[in-house]
Amino acid sequence: MSKVYSKIESIAGNVIIVKADGVRYGDLAQITTSFGTSLAEVIKLDNELVSLQVFAGSRGISTGDEVRFLGKSMQISYSESLLGRVFNGSGEPRDKGPRLSENLISIGGPSFNPAKRIIPRNMVRTGIPMIDLFNTLVESQKLPIFSISGEPYNEVLARIALQAEVDLIILGGMGLKYDDYLYFKETLEDGGALSRSILFIHTAADPVVESLMVPDISLAVAEKFALDGRKVLVLLTDMTNFADAMKEIAITQEQVPSNRGYPGDLYSQLASRYEKAVDIEGAGSITILAVTTMPGDDVTHPVPDNTGYITEGQYYLRNGRIEPFGSLSRLKQQVNDRTREDHRPLMDGMIKIYAAYKEALEKQSMGFQMTEWDEKLIKYGELFEKEMMDLTVNIPLEEALDNGWKILSACFEKEETGLRSSLIEKFWPADSLKSKAGQE
Amino acid sequence: MSTTGKVVAINGNMVSVKADGNVIMNEVGYILNGDKRLKAEVIRIRGEVAQLQVFEQTRGIGVGDEVNFSGEMLAVELGPGLLGQIYDGLQNPLPELAEKTGFFLERGVYLEALSRTKQWSFKPSVSIGDKVNAGDYLGVVPEGPYEHKVMVPFNLREEYIVKAVVSEGSYTVSEKIVEAEDSRGGKKSFTMFFEWPVKRPITLYEERLKPVEPMVSKVRLMDTFFPVAKGGTYCIPGPFGAGKTVLQQITSRHAEVDIVIIAACGERAGEVVETLKEFPELIDPKTGKSLMERTIIISNTSSMPVASREASVYTAVTLGEYYRQMGLDVLLLADSTSRWAQAMREMSGRLEEIPGEEAFPAYLESSIAAFYERAGIVRLNDGNIGSVTIGGTVSPAGGNFEEPVTQATLKVVGAFHGLSRERSDARKYPAIHPTESWSKYNGIMPVDHVKYAHDILARSGEIEAMMKVVGEEGTSLQDYIIFQKGEFLDVVYFQQNSFDPVDAAVTPERQKKVFAQILLLLATELNFGDKEEARRWFYQMRQKYLDYNGAEWRSDSFKNYEKEIADILQAKSLGTDKRAASILEDLKK
Ligand SMILES: Nc1ncnc2c1ncn2[C@@H]1O[C@H](COP(=O)(O)OP(=O)(O)OP(=O)(O)O)[C@@H](O)[C@H]1O
Ligand SMILES: [Mg+2]
Repeated sequence: MSKVYSKIESIAGNVIIVKADGVRYGDLAQITTSFGTSLAEVIKLDNELVSLQVFAGSRGISTGDEVRFLGKSMQISYSESLLGRVFNGSGEPRDKGPRLSENLISIGGPSFNPAKRIIPRNMVRTGIPMIDLFNTLVESQKLPIFSISGEPYNEVLARIALQAEVDLIILGGMGLKYDDYLYFKETLEDGGALSRSILFIHTAADPVVESLMVPDISLAVAEKFALDGRKVLVLLTDMTNFADAMKEIAITQEQVPSNRGYPGDLYSQLASRYEKAVDIEGAGSITILAVTTMPGDDVTHPVPDNTGYITEGQYYLRNGRIEPFGSLSRLKQQVNDRTREDHRPLMDGMIKIYAAYKEALEKQSMGFQMTEWDEKLIKYGELFEKEMMDLTVNIPLEEALDNGWKILSACFEKEETGLRSSLIEKFWPADSLKSKAGQE
Repeated sequence: MSTTGKVVAINGNMVSVKADGNVIMNEVGYILNGDKRLKAEVIRIRGEVAQLQVFEQTRGIGVGDEVNFSGEMLAVELGPGLLGQIYDGLQNPLPELAEKTGFFLERGVYLEALSRTKQWSFKPSVSIGDKVNAGDYLGVVPEGPYEHKVMVPFNLREEYIVKAVVSEGSYTVSEKIVEAEDSRGGKKSFTMFFEWPVKRPITLYEERLKPVEPMVSKVRLMDTFFPVAKGGTYCIPGPFGAGKTVLQQITSRHAEVDIVIIAACGERAGEVVETLKEFPELIDPKTGKSLMERTIIISNTSSMPVASREASVYTAVTLGEYYRQMGLDVLLLADSTSRWAQAMREMSGRLEEIPGEEAFPAYLESSIAAFYERAGIVRLNDGNIGSVTIGGTVSPAGGNFEEPVTQATLKVVGAFHGLSRERSDARKYPAIHPTESWSKYNGIMPVDHVKYAHDILARSGEIEAMMKVVGEEGTSLQDYIIFQKGEFLDVVYFQQNSFDPVDAAVTPERQKKVFAQILLLLATELNFGDKEEARRWFYQMRQKYLDYNGAEWRSDSFKNYEKEIADILQAKSLGTDKRAASILEDLKK
């Protein structure tokens, strides 16, 4: 079924309205203009009036242009031939490879039955102590990096992607700077991972609306591979651009905004994507690592705020480091009881003392007299930042735990750590270690 | 003949339908789409066009699709077999759905909430000639740890005379168990289950009572400081990651109630799974049976359709009210009421209603109030007492409590457990803010005892704030000790390790014991030479208490720690605060 209409009733923002019948909600249409063709999706039906969201934007569309309904909703080809390929936000090749059209699958499919989910159980090792020790990443987790633009979030994403033991990496880029796109491509290539990667790239130069499909396409493909037994890591960068595209559409549609112009369903829209993360019993899994840039470094901005309510934690990247405060992995407790018995208590204990260090710093900056205790805290904080927070540190979890004890023993008496005596007896380093760590 | 219609417009999950007959507000209609029947609810009627919110994704629906109106309002099935179930917001059993459709939730598949084949051993409690009214008991069946009362359907207005009763034995929920006649000779037969529209409160009781008896949660900060009463209401607002869900999860495990209903409303599916997988393995100390047998999960998580999310909290509370009719204490935990409010907002937007603050509909406040009003402790017609307690989390935008949902909720609840970002960042769990939270209910401790501790805490907070300005050196030793006392109370009593097998759940008995010792410490004048000595002493004391909190109740090590604690305190004691004299007197008893 493919009907052609050549009278566009109205054009506003990136939405056009045509009169047509037999059209279904969510169907695709192709619009042919003097500039080329673009896909469009049905976003509203009112009797014979059909509203279409045009992926390439409405600039240059004439009321006399041709609209052809495809009689189906958005689909993408699914096969092994996707591996190593690069596509744009509409699923068209961006590299020199062929168009793929076999084995089409729908995107934005139904949600996973909660009763079929299993409890996540595998730690994803990253070699970053702020992650492995303090906020362990878990297979099937959905977790964004919160940061302001300019921070090395894409570098962190790429590093984790290469280090994590996954079968497949899917990169969904939204509003990606061209340089960043090249960076990802090169890093994956250099790391020998490009052949097990699939890239869906919408760059900052592409029409905004086209970014809207990127998460759904990436996740639909990921879901199929996961059902086929693969461990898939999906990287989505930057979800704030995705949300902004939704905002733009909502405003053209004259929807009442709920908060700073964003539509009232922002939460549900983001959730339906992030909830695709899953560990499938007897098959593979989807882990989602995303980037959410925070306009004005404001975590209460609607995009990071809604994201935080959806995802299973977040990593705060600030000044090139993953901050201990605000960073959180909600799934860590599923795995950190099976790593080493001191993992959990050290994780909480060290952060508590780091918080006290911050207070001591504040005191110092206000010129108050520093007590003996404050001095200890300051020493601790400095060691902590150097040994744990610095992103150049790349060590296994066990080594990070040992370092934790070294730092504590270099700074404190046993009972000052707030840790249970039984643990201290077992893990407190001998004196020789103490002086060694102290000299570092 | 029932009404039919045709789709004329689609916008998101709202579909407008031109009907060929009468349409009832809130009735259920089905949109015929291919071989699927998609469930929807009428939410506005304008002339011959009805607007329906569809409980499914609307992709693929077209103008002209046929619609069948059912004539029935959105309802749930009430009868034996609800306990231990996991349902979606419309009471579809999710495990059975999975058997049918696999990993994913297919559109348009609706299953019966109660098994029609399972046999229940029914024991009648009425005999021929008895007069029965709506809500009266007809007999009992054992269900999990309880005797499930089989009742006369709640929607019947007439009095009936029992004409026939089945004998004791095994029956399915759909078999006739009683035949009866009304005063005009109209015949009626009853099965073990019936339906009830979710948006109607069940009010078949003698009177509503004032909630006074504490609902024990075994969370120290709740039971001792901000208690909740059976039949009361409370809310847990907090920014993301502050610990709302974990707090509800531990409450759902340890609360001393008969039945817990968990409404996972628009939140993460993964969180439900933890409950789902763990509860069958955990033993409820009260009944000796698995925790799952006292639990019902309504799981309409964030990626499931928004309209059924809106319905899910009503489904949950209706099931709660049903078990209350049996004289049981029910606790409903809704996570998160903000997602429910947002579902209302989405619908209101599509209906193009005039928006209120932050685009929420004007009826937001009254909807929230009406929901919490369905809690309550009641005296039933047979004199028994039953209760529904409601605890809802609130997820305020930006973590700012000055927003419509939090504000509307605070107006109607009896206790407020506000979670603070500062406390959760510092890993001080549960992150209930100890000075901003409040409760209007009485707890397990005498009010003046709690007040004494609370006053020290408040004073300690003031001193801490002052110290930030004048430094430790500008603070007197006296004040410094009070500051340390407040901190001590926070660390060893407010903070509770929910992942520690012992500390996770503290019985009222143990709370009373530990709190008494803490009160003694707080009321003791301590003898220190300088601040450094004071600090060290308090750290040592903290350490002892942390070990003590982790020791099994009344075990040897528990007793040893108790003794050590008393000795350490005694060694520095200069006597006690005169204002605490009567409290300390109480404690001796
Ligand atoms: N009582 C607790 N003890 C130890 N850790 C806790 C506690 N409460 C919360 N946490 C930690 O904080 C994380 C987030 O808690 P939780 O999921 O309850 O937050 P939330 O307030 O429900 O957030 P959201 O609004 O995003 O759902 C947990 O995964 C856990 O790591
Ligand atoms: Mg939560």
